[in-house]
Amino acid sequence: MSAINLAPATQDVGVAAPILSLSGVSKSFPGVRALHNVSLTLRPGEVTALIGENGAGKSTLVKILTGIYQPDEGEILVSGKPLKCAGPRDAWAAGIAAIHQETVMFDELSVAENIFMGHMPLTLGGRVDWFKMRARARHMLKRLEADFDAGALLKTLGVAQKHLVEIARALSHDANIIIMDEPTSALSAREIGDLFVIIEQLKKHNCAILFISHKFDEIFQVADHWTCLRDGEEVGAGAIADVTQADLVRLMVGRAIGQVYPKRDVQLGPVVLETDDISNATEFDGVSFKLHAGEIIGLYGLVGAGRSEAMQGLFGLSELTRGSVKIEGKAVNIRSPDDAIRAGLAYLPEDRQTQGAVLPFGIRANMTLASLGAHARNGLISYAKELATTRKFGARLSVKAANWEQALSQLSGGNQQKVVIGKWLASNPRILILDEPTKGIDIGSKAAVHEFMGELASEGLAILLVTSELPEAMGMADTILVMHEGKIVKRFARSEATAEAIVSAAIVDENAGASR
Amino acid sequence: MKAANLLRHRDSALALIVLGLIVAIGLRAPVFVTPESLIGVLTDTSFLFMLTLAQMVVILTRGIDLSVAANLALVGMICALVSRAQPELAIPTIIVMGIALGALLGAINGALVAYVGIPPIVMTLGTLSIYRGATFLIAHGAWLTSKDMSPAFLAFPKLSVLGVPILIVIAVLVSLGFWALLGHTRLGRGLYAVGGNPVAARYCGIELGSQQFFVHTLAGAVSGLCGYLWVSRYGIAYTEIAQGYELTIIAACVIGGVSIAGGVGSVFGALLGALFLGVVVNALPVINVSPFWQTLISGAVILAAVVVNARSEKRGGKLILHKARLLASGGTRP
Repeated sequence: MSAINLAPATQDVGVAAPILSLSGVSKSFPGVRALHNVSLTLRPGEVTALIGENGAGKSTLVKILTGIYQPDEGEILVSGKPLKCAGPRDAWAAGIAAIHQETVMFDELSVAENIFMGHMPLTLGGRVDWFKMRARARHMLKRLEADFDAGALLKTLGVAQKHLVEIARALSHDANIIIMDEPTSALSAREIGDLFVIIEQLKKHNCAILFISHKFDEIFQVADHWTCLRDGEEVGAGAIADVTQADLVRLMVGRAIGQVYPKRDVQLGPVVLETDDISNATEFDGVSFKLHAGEIIGLYGLVGAGRSEAMQGLFGLSELTRGSVKIEGKAVNIRSPDDAIRAGLAYLPEDRQTQGAVLPFGIRANMTLASLGAHARNGLISYAKELATTRKFGARLSVKAANWEQALSQLSGGNQQKVVIGKWLASNPRILILDEPTKGIDIGSKAAVHEFMGELASEGLAILLVTSELPEAMGMADTILVMHEGKIVKRFARSEATAEAIVSAAIVDENAGASR
Repeated sequence: MKAANLLRHRDSALALIVLGLIVAIGLRAPVFVTPESLIGVLTDTSFLFMLTLAQMVVILTRGIDLSVAANLALVGMICALVSRAQPELAIPTIIVMGIALGALLGAINGALVAYVGIPPIVMTLGTLSIYRGATFLIAHGAWLTSKDMSPAFLAFPKLSVLGVPILIVIAVLVSLGFWALLGHTRLGRGLYAVGGNPVAARYCGIELGSQQFFVHTLAGAVSGLCGYLWVSRYGIAYTEIAQGYELTIIAACVIGGVSIAGGVGSVFGALLGALFLGVVVNALPVINVSPFWQTLISGAVILAAVVVNARSEKRGGKLILHKARLLASGGTRP
């Protein structure tokens, strides 16, 4: 540990006093315990890495620190004083600023305006003091050694430069606690290098940084301390110098996979889908697999690993630049979702409300939207056929509604989901792609979805399950494909999969040294 | 059923308002409510009926077509010029030609909107001016009057079928066509789906582009049909025919409950919206109210209609293409 340049001369010898400390913080949502008894300490001039699987509670913690959520229990001290954080403004006032993976700023305004939006310096007459604002912005950018001017329009900047503007904005609020939530996920290798230089700058200015990332090479490069969350609980903390990557992986996943997954033993049928080397220009590369009738293949990986993108490419939503697809042994050329549906594919998208449900439509019209051809003759829709389908799948999925014409905008989120699932089952698919089917739903509904998935598989449906939840992948899938940066990096049969091996494969880029 | 009820409820409320309006005006001026007078109102409004339906299908897909009235003027002028050059040309030929020309003009909008990605409002704002300009150029700025048109050309809109003026008959047929299209075909369902949620529609294999091309072409075809009928009915063709009429048409859509946000609207509602404006336009002169009141009243009614719609419509989902945004922002470093 390089404590020498971390502890500034003005501090006492030894460890600096914590600038932020959380103790015993808990937060629950209906049906979900997001955080339980979490402690965290940040010190000035130090970078603390917050690590954990998807859904471990990192985002909830960030939202509590930035005032979006209120903790149910626990104490947060900022420089020794309790933090009363009723909203984002209070967090700003306490000196806490968050920089997100996707910057939310004003593209058409200048850098200076972006930095001072909401608290622009004013003249005595109440007008914006442009001169003062630009001067202060320039001063701040100089401190951060930025290579662009305060008058530049934001849209002319790159992503890393935009991060810098956000950091400048944080500094303009005198923030000394800076949360970086996966700041490198949209950056190129060079930009990441730039960001690390900025982090060094911030350390020199005695800021405390909470660095959230899935990428271990970055964590080991930039962090001084680490705290690990698992299932909403803090499972360890310490100095980076004292741990290895393997230790951290073990801590992240170290849990028993429960018996909640009703995976049935299904006799696998013949191969229904075979992809060979499918790739598109930017998102995924060389994806090959064979899917049998009755089989569930789990696609695991970090957010942004290219799993959904590969499935969308398969479904004709993006153009394949290479590779071939065979369905039941016959080569097919899928160029649009229409082709895909004809070929027997169905895709249940991740965001069911915005990508699945047509809200002004009634249940009936939604239910038959993916299979209008089967409900029409010579282009004319048969109302009776539609109603029969709607009744069948409405009953099977126990959709709760006043009647089948009720508009989807008036149904609960859960019932909307059921209708969207019904829509895809009504298209009579042989291959079902499920993209994060249990994301954001409570445990009871999850179990129902898993039960149903098992039932469909036992009926001979072949399922591609995109999931970010390790227990779900291990519990449901016959085969697990792990993706990393657009490629399948590991394949596991159900019997040989271990949590550590899967997570390591998802996190570690084995070619990192060679490719960069 | 609640939403459907609400819509029906809304339609019946509008129908009652129209009826009340007719009764109120009838009390002031009994001559307005005679059968001849009311048939006259319907005949006058038949253009608005057809064009409102045409506009509605465009609006359903979250688009708009500002060029319909200019399309009408251009096609009307071409029909008149053709009739002057070839007075013996059969009327059905002229009608088919008008529809085809209008469809072509609409297809130009549709192709550029769908396959080049120009926003419909910008595209049709452009063709609005282009089609008007072309109307002036092909006639060298001249007015063509009934003297330039053949007797058959002028006689057609005055025909009647079983005592019903042919304009009303045509409007009814067109309305039935739209009703069948929107209510009973895959294509029509697709139009609502695309407007209701373009992303969900895309996952279901319904592509926005082909729908946009179709609705603009259809709107053009209806405009072209109206172009011939308008010029022959009024016996005159000049550059400024139906100028500004596109706004009346859009107003009729909004009053009739067509959501500018797309995905919501019915044939019956749109026809009622058009009828309301038709009654107002025809009735005000009868009771000696200045025609300027008409624009004021329709403006007020539009706002009232929007408030009613806003209350009955729940806010739809927002479209967030996470990856597209991320990619776009990731590739901009200079």
